[in-house]
Amino acid sequence: MSAAHADRTGTTSSLPALVRRRLGPAQPWGSLVGIGVLALLLLVVAPGVLDDFRLNNLGKYCCWAIVAVGIGLAWGRGGMLLMGQGVYFALGAYAMAMHLTLESAGPDGVPVFMILYDPLAPLPGFWEPFRSGAFTLIAIVVAPLLVAGVLGAAIFKRRVKGAYFAILSQALAVALAYLIGGTIKLTGGDTGLSDFKSFFGYDLADPVNRRMIYTIAAGVLIGCLLLVWQLYRSRFGELLVATRDAEERVRFLGYDPANIKLVAYVIAAVMASIAGALFVPIAGIISPKEIGAAASILLIAGVALGGRASLFGPALGALLLGYGRSTLSERYENGWIYVLALMFIVVTLLLPEGLTSLPRRAARLVTSRRSAA
Amino acid sequence: MSGQDYVEVQGLTVDFDGFKANSEVDVTFLQGRIHFLIGPNGAGKTTLVDALTGLVQGTGYARYGNKDLLSLKSHQISRAGVGRTFQTATVFEELTVLQNLDIAGGVHRRAWGMVRARKGIPAYVQEAMETVGLADLRDRPAGILAHGQKQWLEIGMLLVQDAKVMFLDETVAGMSHEEREETGELLRRIAPDRTIVVIEHDMEFVRKYADVVTVLHAGKVLAEGTVAEIQANPQVQEVYLGRSTEGATHE
Repeated sequence: MSAAHADRTGTTSSLPALVRRRLGPAQPWGSLVGIGVLALLLLVVAPGVLDDFRLNNLGKYCCWAIVAVGIGLAWGRGGMLLMGQGVYFALGAYAMAMHLTLESAGPDGVPVFMILYDPLAPLPGFWEPFRSGAFTLIAIVVAPLLVAGVLGAAIFKRRVKGAYFAILSQALAVALAYLIGGTIKLTGGDTGLSDFKSFFGYDLADPVNRRMIYTIAAGVLIGCLLLVWQLYRSRFGELLVATRDAEERVRFLGYDPANIKLVAYVIAAVMASIAGALFVPIAGIISPKEIGAAASILLIAGVALGGRASLFGPALGALLLGYGRSTLSERYENGWIYVLALMFIVVTLLLPEGLTSLPRRAARLVTSRRSAA
Repeated sequence: MSGQDYVEVQGLTVDFDGFKANSEVDVTFLQGRIHFLIGPNGAGKTTLVDALTGLVQGTGYARYGNKDLLSLKSHQISRAGVGRTFQTATVFEELTVLQNLDIAGGVHRRAWGMVRARKGIPAYVQEAMETVGLADLRDRPAGILAHGQKQWLEIGMLLVQDAKVMFLDETVAGMSHEEREETGELLRRIAPDRTIVVIEHDMEFVRKYADVVTVLHAGKVLAEGTVAEIQANPQVQEVYLGRSTEGATHE
């Protein structure tokens, strides 16, 4: 190889090189098959074999997995350690919970918990628009778009990154959890919002309707995976990785890295918000516990466990974490957190690229063995 | 050989809390010439380039066409056609040679195109890849390229970016003799349409490829001229003879 020989290389390419050129770079169609298999498992197999209770639990894990897909995009590919996705989860969750609470209270009704504190209390102004289902659905998408857009622009233009960014995002989640916890008359406080009777007119006591909501959550998860799959193979995906690895270099290519990061950050925020909104009818409750520091860190833990930079890692990690959490807590109430912590340490130490890197590592081991023999 | 394009710098001063890394620098870089910046360590060569590419704040006058380089941000300067490389080659290690080059072409694309996957190889990317001699290593991750190849890849990225002005910071440092020759020839090939400024320490390389040399010393322009003129300059000789005792300070 040499610069002087450059002119010749174009005309005297070997046959394999020509074939490669014709076909272009390898397309990750295999991933599409993987998404198809996952869709089959979640949308056909799981509803067939799981009872209502288990399926409902799986719905919760799907919601966490949706958040995880967004974190995978922003953290795994974009290098932004989102330690406070609870904030955006909360935006969607509380928007949905307020709507469902009002729906349960009936037209012109006031939520039960408010009447408990003050029977004559008027409905706070910011609750009123959430009577409308359409407004609620729009808010679930637009609210994180605006908040993440403004906040992200402020953060990234000032070139806040690394640990500072992580601390900032975590602090926001803590602050929001405290705010909601401390405003019991307005938001239900630490008790949260619960006892939803219906979901856009569908009775939540009916298992058929609950299965429908599960299907929506699983479908959204598949949709998010497809979106991220396209982003990862797009030029934007390459640029995001480039920004993660050498932000200054990207600047000198004529891009503003702040804008690139902002796009990934906002997408992750919207995904978290949608996940929060779906979580509410499935879990039947939303409280500050689900959005605070611990909850936000659990979301990150699932992503790290599965493999933050891979397509499937974050979602699979979150599903696994959710499952482990339920199964272990059924047996050892509070013991599960220790098991989880141990697993997290082991994976971080031994498999820094997460569980989804296991097959690749195994394959590499086999080939190196074979070439040694 | 010179075209009409040029970068004009007048009275450029870079002040780091009282320490003047550059003071009152006047220099003009013309299209079609390979212009070398030389000088002892700490002379302010890299700082000059940093100031012209928005990395540090400078005062004075610096224009390329109708653009005021001192008031623009780095990415805007780059969009105006002024590109640079760094002392340590910074390529995107996890991306392939092709991906690295392709990313550099983003300036010419509309935002919506970013969401789609690349279909085939754009002609200008292929051309740049062949010009810098990396066509055979197209699908290789940039992280495993040899040192010299990384520097060529960076120059290739500048070509894809269509940088009309290129600041190259110690590009041949650490290269083998053959690699230096190839780099020099590469610069000669691309120079006619561009304004090329090279920061360099290796005098043999400077002698062989320089059209113009500007010597910086203690943040100021000490001398400017052809290699022969510079070598005959008594002030320059003095600075370079005194180099062993006062060299290796800042930078």
